[in-house]
Amino acid sequence: MSEHEYTPKSKAGKWFNDRLPLLTLGAHLTDYPTPKNLNYWWTFGGILTFCLITQIVTGIVLAMHYVAHADLAFASVEHIMRDVNYGWLIRYIHSNGASMFFLAVYIHIFRSLFYGSYKSPREVIWIIGLMIYLLMMAAAFMGYVLPWGQMSFWGATVITNLFSAIPLVGDSITTWLWGAYSVDNPTLNRFFSLHYLIPFLILGLVVLHIWALHVPGNNNPVGIDIKKPSKDTVPFHPYITIKDAFALLVFMIIFAGFVFFTPNVLGHSDNYIPANPLVTPAHIVPEWYLLPFYAILRSVPDKLGGVILMFSAIFILFVLPWLDTSKVRSAVFRPIYRQFFWILVIDVLMLGYVGAMPAEGIYLVLARVGTIYYFLHFIIVMPVVGYLEKTDPIPMSISEPVLTGGAEPSLARKVNDKV
Amino acid sequence: MSKEEKKVKRRDFLFTASYTVGAVGVGAVIWPMIDQMNPDKAQQALATTEVDISNIDPGKSITVLWRGKPVFLKRRTPEEIAEARAVNMDDLPDPQKDEDRVKVGKDEWLVMLGVCTHLGCVPLKDKGDFNGWFCPCHGSHYDVSGRIRKGPAPTNMEIPKFEFVDSNTIKIG
Repeated sequence: MSEHEYTPKSKAGKWFNDRLPLLTLGAHLTDYPTPKNLNYWWTFGGILTFCLITQIVTGIVLAMHYVAHADLAFASVEHIMRDVNYGWLIRYIHSNGASMFFLAVYIHIFRSLFYGSYKSPREVIWIIGLMIYLLMMAAAFMGYVLPWGQMSFWGATVITNLFSAIPLVGDSITTWLWGAYSVDNPTLNRFFSLHYLIPFLILGLVVLHIWALHVPGNNNPVGIDIKKPSKDTVPFHPYITIKDAFALLVFMIIFAGFVFFTPNVLGHSDNYIPANPLVTPAHIVPEWYLLPFYAILRSVPDKLGGVILMFSAIFILFVLPWLDTSKVRSAVFRPIYRQFFWILVIDVLMLGYVGAMPAEGIYLVLARVGTIYYFLHFIIVMPVVGYLEKTDPIPMSISEPVLTGGAEPSLARKVNDKV
Repeated sequence: MSKEEKKVKRRDFLFTASYTVGAVGVGAVIWPMIDQMNPDKAQQALATTEVDISNIDPGKSITVLWRGKPVFLKRRTPEEIAEARAVNMDDLPDPQKDEDRVKVGKDEWLVMLGVCTHLGCVPLKDKGDFNGWFCPCHGSHYDVSGRIRKGPAPTNMEIPKFEFVDSNTIKIG
């Protein structure tokens, strides 16, 4: 944060700013000193903001035409697709937008894992981010229920039944969630209400996420603390805004590719069959972005155990800043951790793949191996590697490796001999 | 000095009393907000269903909807009943005698919720390793008495409250 006090040039601006310092905030956001070495992995924050706004705008429009009733919901979605002017476009943007949102958030999270952005002093940013991620999953799940197709209905049945695994009060909680004795009209109605609410909760958390970010400032690919402002930083505008805008354009091309050429490839065809409480589809799968967790759930042959493990897989991320014992943030300087990082990436992708396959034979074996590694990575690998690893020398500043032009900076700080 | 001490105590009492009344008030407001999500009167009114069973031949079954959930009504053959009763209790993850899952004297009628006790899918009939039902979602196998034999489901399929109104009619609920 630049310390110099901002003064609006115009008299009216000054009058207003004295009463509500919005212009000071605007100046802070414009001048905000940003590390000059941010790469394209750092553009996903902006992309995610775009995704959220896209979902809110298209969602508000869809809600003008959608009817949240078990007898009418499916028909109203088809009405949007066939009768409403550009309804097909708006719905396809909204449904594919959810997938694009998750694609971006996964890249954003793995960026943080690679460059150690979750570590001190950025733990609170990380935790708020995870809360956003949890709300995103809730919103996406409830949104998927709204068209009231077969996958909507049975997805809702399976997910709400997860709560019935809770000892003693499980069944009461499930009935309470449903508002009926099965997934039914009351369930659809409340899911619509909550689906509309959650994006605004996310918006509030995004403000906190950015606020918490602006206290220590951005991490960067080298992962070292930098002086702000200094020769290691550039103002957010125009340097970062133009880079974000370029990345966003590329992202929008991919997004548009899905919307216009394969709008249903990420969905499931069974969801174009109206919900039928008497027939379960032969093969229930959640949306792709939930598959790794689904694989973990199914890898355990016990109901309560599976549910506990699945929720643990998410909640373990909350204590990650304290499981990682390494003082070096960026994996660029962590030769051992870097390899485990890529194993984790492959592990999560594999879990996603087996989550889409039937839970039997080799897929079940792979799911179990993948689940075990997932937890080992966080519980064992992260603390132990942090202690034992001999890290590479890290540079004194961002400018240094550039100016001295080598990977062997003469002034390199030696952090490898036990931090 | 003692006067001041007394004052402090009096204030403490007021604080505690205020917090208590406040907490009760908040609770009184929150409870209706929570309870409104429980099944309403209209949902509860759907609590019973009567089913005509005169057209079901031995070995066949029908599925009816009760409280939004499928109920299987199966008229079992003597062989199937014998098979269900021959099972060793030690082989059952959730031990329950077949006799306890049907009405006395109406042994051929198995009436149960067609809901997998794992995560609520509808199992498929005449499938699985135990000549009963098989849930396609996560691979639970049920026997001819609807008892869990293999897979992630923790308990047998549930027997709802039901009664024979007459020899051709069953009332569920």
